[in-house]
Amino acid sequence: MAATQEEIVAGLADIVNEIAGIPVEDVQLDKSFTDDLDVDSLSMVEVVVAAEERFDVKIPDEDVKNLKTVGDATEYILKHQG
Amino acid sequence: MSKIRPSKGAPYARILGVGGYRPTRVVPNEVILETIDSSDEWIRSRSGIETRHWASDEETVAAMSIEASGKAIADAGISAEQIGGVIVSTVSHFKQTPAVATEIADKLGTNKAAAFDISAGCAGFAYGLTLAKGMIVEGSAEYVLVIGVERLSDLTDLEDRATAFLFGDGAGAVVVGPAQEPAIGPTVWGSEGDKSEAIKQTTPWTDYRDGEVAKFPAITQEGQAVFRWAVFEMAKVAKQALDAAGISPEDLDVFIPHQANERIIDSMVKTLKLPEHVTVARDVRTTGNTSAASIPLAMERLLATGEAKSGDTALVIGFGAGLVYAATVVTLP
Repeated sequence: MAATQEEIVAGLADIVNEIAGIPVEDVQLDKSFTDDLDVDSLSMVEVVVAAEERFDVKIPDEDVKNLKTVGDATEYILKHQG
Repeated sequence: MSKIRPSKGAPYARILGVGGYRPTRVVPNEVILETIDSSDEWIRSRSGIETRHWASDEETVAAMSIEASGKAIADAGISAEQIGGVIVSTVSHFKQTPAVATEIADKLGTNKAAAFDISAGCAGFAYGLTLAKGMIVEGSAEYVLVIGVERLSDLTDLEDRATAFLFGDGAGAVVVGPAQEPAIGPTVWGSEGDKSEAIKQTTPWTDYRDGEVAKFPAITQEGQAVFRWAVFEMAKVAKQALDAAGISPEDLDVFIPHQANERIIDSMVKTLKLPEHVTVARDVRTTGNTSAASIPLAMERLLATGEAKSGDTALVIGFGAGLVYAATVVTLP
C-alpha cells in the first residue's frame, strides 16, 4: 500500500536521524537537507538509498540534485512510489 | 594429433611480501586551498584526507615502483632473479610504449621476467593479483611481482574543487608465490562500461595535442553517482567475495578497500555490517587516493604499524574508472 505524505515525512525523519543524527522533530517539509539538516551531498546519497528501500521507489542520480528540501523528496516519493 | 604437455603450477598462491613507497613531499590541505575555494574542514569532512604525497621529477613511476618492489622482495625473502613475472597497474605513466614493467623488471635484476602493464584504474591492484595467482597456479611463473603505482598529481585539475584535494602519488608492490594452502580466494570481478562517464580522463591526449582543448587532461568524476555505486554496489561485491571464499564477517580480521575516500569506506563498513573487531584500512587520511597503489600501500602500513599481522585474513576490494571492480580474500604476508 502506498505511503501517505505523513508516513513519508516520518520515514524520512527516521532516515535523516539515523544518518545525520538530527532529531526527528526537526525534519519538516520546508527544511533544506543541506542548509538545515546537516545532510551533505554524500549523506544525501545515503538518505536517497535508504528512502528507495523504505518506500519501494527508484531515485536516479540525475534526480537527486533536485531534491533540495524534505518537501521535494516527499513529493517525489508520493509520485513515484511502487 | 600430437599431444601437448601441460604446464605444471603450484597448488595455490599467496602473497609473500609487501612494500610501499610514498614520495618525500607531503602536501597538506593548505596547499590545495591555494587553487580552490574550499576549507580544510570541508575537505576533511567530505574525504577524510589531511595530507597526500606528491612526487618530484625524480620520483618517476619506475623509480617509485623499484623502491616499493625492493621492499616487497626483501619482505618475501626471495631474490629478484626468482621473479618470473612483473605486472604493473597504472593510469599515470605517460610513455605509452614500451611497458614500464619491462624497465622495472630489468632494474630490479630479474632474469628476463615476463613484464607488462595493465589498465584497470583503482581496481588495478586486485586485477593484477588475480592474474598473478593464475600465472602461479598455471605454472608460467613461480613468483610474480604485482605493482600498483600512480602519479595522479600529473592528472589532477588543481582548480576543480571536487577532485583537487583527492589524489596522491605513490607505489605499492606485493610478491605473490606458491603455497600449499589456499591464501588468495576466488576473485569476484567485472566491468560496467555503461557507467564510463562516472570517472574518466576529461579528454583524449590527441585533443590536447591538436589544440582542441586548452587544458591538460585530468581525472574527473561524478561524486554522488560514484559514491552510490562504490558504497552500495561494491558492498554486494565484497559480500560475494567473502561468500566465495567461505569466510564469514566474523572470521575476517582486516578490511582493505581501495582508499578512494574515507566517507566511502565508512559507509561500506556500515552497509557490510562488519563486526567491531575487523581492522579497517584508513590510509587515505595521509596518503590520499592513489588509485592502483592504494591497496598495497594501505596493506603495508597496517602491517608496519602492527594494526594487522602476518596470517590475518583480509578482504580487499578495488573499484574505479571503467567502471571496474575486483574483490578477493587474502591471507596477509
